[in-house]
Amino acid sequence: MAAHRAYVEGIGLWSPRLAGWEIAGATLRGGREPPAPVTTRPAAALLPPTERRRAPDAVVLALEVAASACAMARRDPQTLASVFASTYGDPAISDYMCATLAQDGALISPTKFHNSVHNAPAGYWTIATGATAPYTALTAYRHTFGTALLSALAQVASDAVPVLCVAYDSETTGPIATMAPSRGQLALALVLAPEPSATSRARLSWRVRTGEVREGAPRPANAALAAGNAIASCLALAEALADGTPRELVLSLAPRLALEVSLEPAGGPQGQA
Amino acid sequence: MRPVPLNLTAYTAVCAAGAGRAALLEALRTRTGALKPNDFTATPLPGSIGRVPELESEPLPRELAVYECRNNRLAWRGLRQDGFRERVAAARSRYGAARVAVVLGTSTSSIGATEEGYRRLDATGQYPPDLRRPIVHTPHSLGEFVQRALALEGLCVTVATACSSSAKAFAHAERLLRLELADAAVVGGTDSLCGSVLYGFNSLQLVAREPCRPFDLHRDGISLGEAAGFALLERDGAGPWLLGYGESSDAHHMSSPHPQGLGARLAVEQALASAGLGARAIDYINLHGTASRKNDEIEGTLVADLFPATTLASSTKGWTGHTLGAAGILEAVITLLALEHSLAPGTLNLSTPDPACGPRIRRDNEARPLAFALSNSFGFGGSNCVLAFGRTRPR
Repeated sequence: MAAHRAYVEGIGLWSPRLAGWEIAGATLRGGREPPAPVTTRPAAALLPPTERRRAPDAVVLALEVAASACAMARRDPQTLASVFASTYGDPAISDYMCATLAQDGALISPTKFHNSVHNAPAGYWTIATGATAPYTALTAYRHTFGTALLSALAQVASDAVPVLCVAYDSETTGPIATMAPSRGQLALALVLAPEPSATSRARLSWRVRTGEVREGAPRPANAALAAGNAIASCLALAEALADGTPRELVLSLAPRLALEVSLEPAGGPQGQA
Repeated sequence: MRPVPLNLTAYTAVCAAGAGRAALLEALRTRTGALKPNDFTATPLPGSIGRVPELESEPLPRELAVYECRNNRLAWRGLRQDGFRERVAAARSRYGAARVAVVLGTSTSSIGATEEGYRRLDATGQYPPDLRRPIVHTPHSLGEFVQRALALEGLCVTVATACSSSAKAFAHAERLLRLELADAAVVGGTDSLCGSVLYGFNSLQLVAREPCRPFDLHRDGISLGEAAGFALLERDGAGPWLLGYGESSDAHHMSSPHPQGLGARLAVEQALASAGLGARAIDYINLHGTASRKNDEIEGTLVADLFPATTLASSTKGWTGHTLGAAGILEAVITLLALEHSLAPGTLNLSTPDPACGPRIRRDNEARPLAFALSNSFGFGGSNCVLAFGRTRPR
């Protein structure tokens, strides 16, 4: 199969120890010690203060990185199609829903219920930005990050439009955590475009291959920064983008199906930034 | 680049109104609805539901037992209708297991199993041993189950955009086929009744007291249902065609539609444009038509605005209930049956048409040849998807 191409224009990353790309990029490159976690919730400045306080963790997490990636790409979020992906969605709300139902279903909060849909972050994103472009929200268990990236890249290639790709997972709590374990919070957003531009940071060639899948891992010090998070497989790509050097990556799509990604600096003004 | 037309070489669905195409068609012809008083929740809730019978006594085969839960049982029943599994097996032999993608929509997947786990926690706060199966406590439970049940090894995605999920699965799969990342795709979805949705919609005060009455002056909300449906998409074949689709976001509110139907209009217009069809070419529209006050008024007005009097439009949720993430595939299958059998279903339980919903809404069934049709799906989070189907390819 011929390789397809896309250009990374914007990156957003957030975890309690990697709060934003400026810190995350420098830390992943190995240039500085990772700071101690400062907070468990990103600022999500996109949301008005009252909504920010009420918004579920998964929503502020996804919106924080989505807004950062669009800002870096200098793209208007209103015009961007988007792919939102998460292994477990919003586990805090799942825990609330199931615990409340076990007690008395009549006590379910209507707001928590409508926030329980897997597409809540995508919905809030379009409401906050006024984006009428389509989004999708998906999941693929252990293959969620690879599948999210492939879905966004496929849309870039098939429709020749820029696409925002957002992958996130939060900490699972309560009984569900025994079956759906995820530690801490981690989210990565990318703005991917079909053509090079002044904001291109990396050129990405990709194809899908069958056979044994050996997923690329980040360097051990970096892997430790997101250990146990369900979307941690996004960190190898984030590290490659931070390094700014050519890199081959493998992401799993199914037990015997891989997304092969080849990254090169785009050579633009910020190519190595 | 426009979507490429794809052939539906097999399709089927199961819901309260019938299992398989013949039973569904018969229910539509005879106007036999399947909504009955809610008997699902432990404490009684008002309203009617479209419950698929006897799932409780129909376990999954032993080799698939790790996926055991109501949602996957319903999916399994769907896969066994109308020779669907055999058609997929033939595609698998033709293209190879890695070249047949699985793209399925669901809203709540197997959350019912997680709810049960919470009801049956042991003294140490652990799930009971029979529910210690991680896969059924993740939203991808549906996609992985169907991929395994069909012995496929290609791309596998669970789309979860609430009530547009299984309609958007068609659009997602079309892109994969257009890029030759797959040669065929199993699309569709499954959603099953569970406490989350029954109590959740009740908390939003969106549930009707009686079986739902789409577009009726006295409609008072939705009736929930459950369904599984599947279609096999290939580049060519003897079945009807997916000609195009439109996807959009309302950018308005999490659980209320845009008051002027902005996103819905965008999705309809894109579906027509991508299919290369004008509004006059559309013979039938299967509406989202949930029977909620706002949705029906906005959708009815939009259809009256965009389509001529020759376009028949109806909601079939009076037969099936609102099957949430499965509504897209269930109503796609109903739309395909309408095209195939020259029968535009009317709207069940509609007695007094609401003038605010415009003049296009049909109450009665109408037998007439239908060439092109749309199916509308709109969901929480403002996610809209409209599919365009044809009996044949245009031109």
